Amino acid sequence: MKDKKERPGERRTWSLLPKALRPRIEVQTQEERPVVAIIGAGPAGMEAAIQIARQSCQVLLFEANADLALNLQNKYKLFPDMSDAQTLAQGMMLALEHPLITVYRQTPIKHVVQVENFHWQVFTEDNRVFKATAVLLCTGYEVFDARRKEELGYGIYNGVITSLELENMFKQEHISTLTGDSPKRVVFLQCVGSRDEKVGNRYCSKVCCVTAVKQAIELKRMHPETEVYVFYMDLRMWGKGFEEMYRVAQEQYNIRFVRGRISEAAGTFDGGVQIKAEDTLIGKPLKMRTDLLVLMLGMEASCGTKQLAKSCGIVGDYGFAGSLDPHLNDNHTHRKGLFLAGTCKRPMSLTDVIADARSAAMEIINYLSKQ
Amino acid sequence: MKSFGFSIAKPRSLEIDGESLERLHRLEEKEPSFKRCFNCGGCTATCSAGQFTDFNIRRVHNLYRWGRYQELGEELRKCMLCGKCTLVCPRGVNLRHLIVSMRELLNEL
Ligand code: SF4
Ligand code: SF4
Ligand code: SF4
Repeated sequence: MKDKKERPGERRTWSLLPKALRPRIEVQTQEERPVVAIIGAGPAGMEAAIQIARQSCQVLLFEANADLALNLQNKYKLFPDMSDAQTLAQGMMLALEHPLITVYRQTPIKHVVQVENFHWQVFTEDNRVFKATAVLLCTGYEVFDARRKEELGYGIYNGVITSLELENMFKQEHISTLTGDSPKRVVFLQCVGSRDEKVGNRYCSKVCCVTAVKQAIELKRMHPETEVYVFYMDLRMWGKGFEEMYRVAQEQYNIRFVRGRISEAAGTFDGGVQIKAEDTLIGKPLKMRTDLLVLMLGMEASCGTKQLAKSCGIVGDYGFAGSLDPHLNDNHTHRKGLFLAGTCKRPMSLTDVIADARSAAMEIINYLSKQ
Repeated sequence: MKSFGFSIAKPRSLEIDGESLERLHRLEEKEPSFKRCFNCGGCTATCSAGQFTDFNIRRVHNLYRWGRYQELGEELRKCMLCGKCTLVCPRGVNLRHLIVSMRELLNEL
């Protein structure tokens, strides 16, 4: 045997067979592969791209921003396991380096048009056109703009900050009030921009409850002396490990949960914030001075989601994109070949987004196989 | 002067400051399981004393949380330490011991 590296039984045996009996190995050219256009490179878009490419389809991944997964990159630790958000983001980006995936950064999409069955056209803002066999919307969410709840004083009093700003402080591992002191008391307020008729959002954003518990614990880890209160209407601890985290927050970190919605905040002369709420469990109004008031921002449909859902005629509730039905066809739309994944549909946790992206990938592969 | 029956009322609202929590910390040291309470009201529903009076054990320990001790001394005497509340609590709060500890701490006042 000349070539010892070659394993017996494979190519050598084939080459002994007459030509007609040899297995046909088809090398698909670029042109022959179905092309899937994915709009939005957050966790949903990235995960779907990876899964679809692994099934030998060509993926065009469009992202409006220069950076991928901006919302995820803004996070510090992930609930419920307190794993590192950056590590997860980096891992996904690494997996994107696949020969069948092309990423187009800073490429906002204007609209997508179905030309005929199995043929879509994707138009970029700068008027380039890409052809695709199927399109997947992963245009995601935006956080609620806290200025719309004027009575909570965001943008007016320095002591009022958002959950996003606090997350950034965690990333820098430095929590302080504007005067540079470490806060003696921090109050979290749930449901800002969610479950609120006044801002037109009746829905629950699903992740802010557990995020507040996570942030409160992180705060206590960094500043054990700080008193931490969480004002809630309901605590929705629906996911794996969430309820247990809530219990740990109470028992180990002495975080105090008060049922009642803060409906007024005012600045104090010393740079703090005075809040008013009711402790609805004893039926008494309550006033409290705090160094920081953290507003737990809800999720709304992103600009991209609203615009594309509208131009494709698939607007669901509150400007999110609407799927065909919530059970068996949640990745489908009433447009053939147009699919949805992640928070462009509704608020979702990261865990659910990844699962949803995988399910969308599978639906798309099934769809392409019928071509 | 004619009286219309109005007077100046004291504000009802709870004003939360640092000192009022000192006694809460001591209670939590005596009975750490108290921190786990999530206010389900199971204890109140089964409470023997609560069947015949307006005694509400869940409300009582919440008032203690906020340092409203004046309202509690009388209330706590209504409990007969039967322990039914402890049996039903889903978060494993040792209510009977909690009540005894509250009484002890309030006696210091
Ligand atoms: S998850 Fe919690 S904080 Fe967020 S909207 Fe729902 S109930 Fe409110
Ligand atoms: S121990 Fe006291 S509070 Fe508990 S059920 Fe009996 S009477 Fe009610
Ligand atoms: S039964 Fe336990 S958890 Fe429920 S209110 Fe009473 S002490 Fe709290």
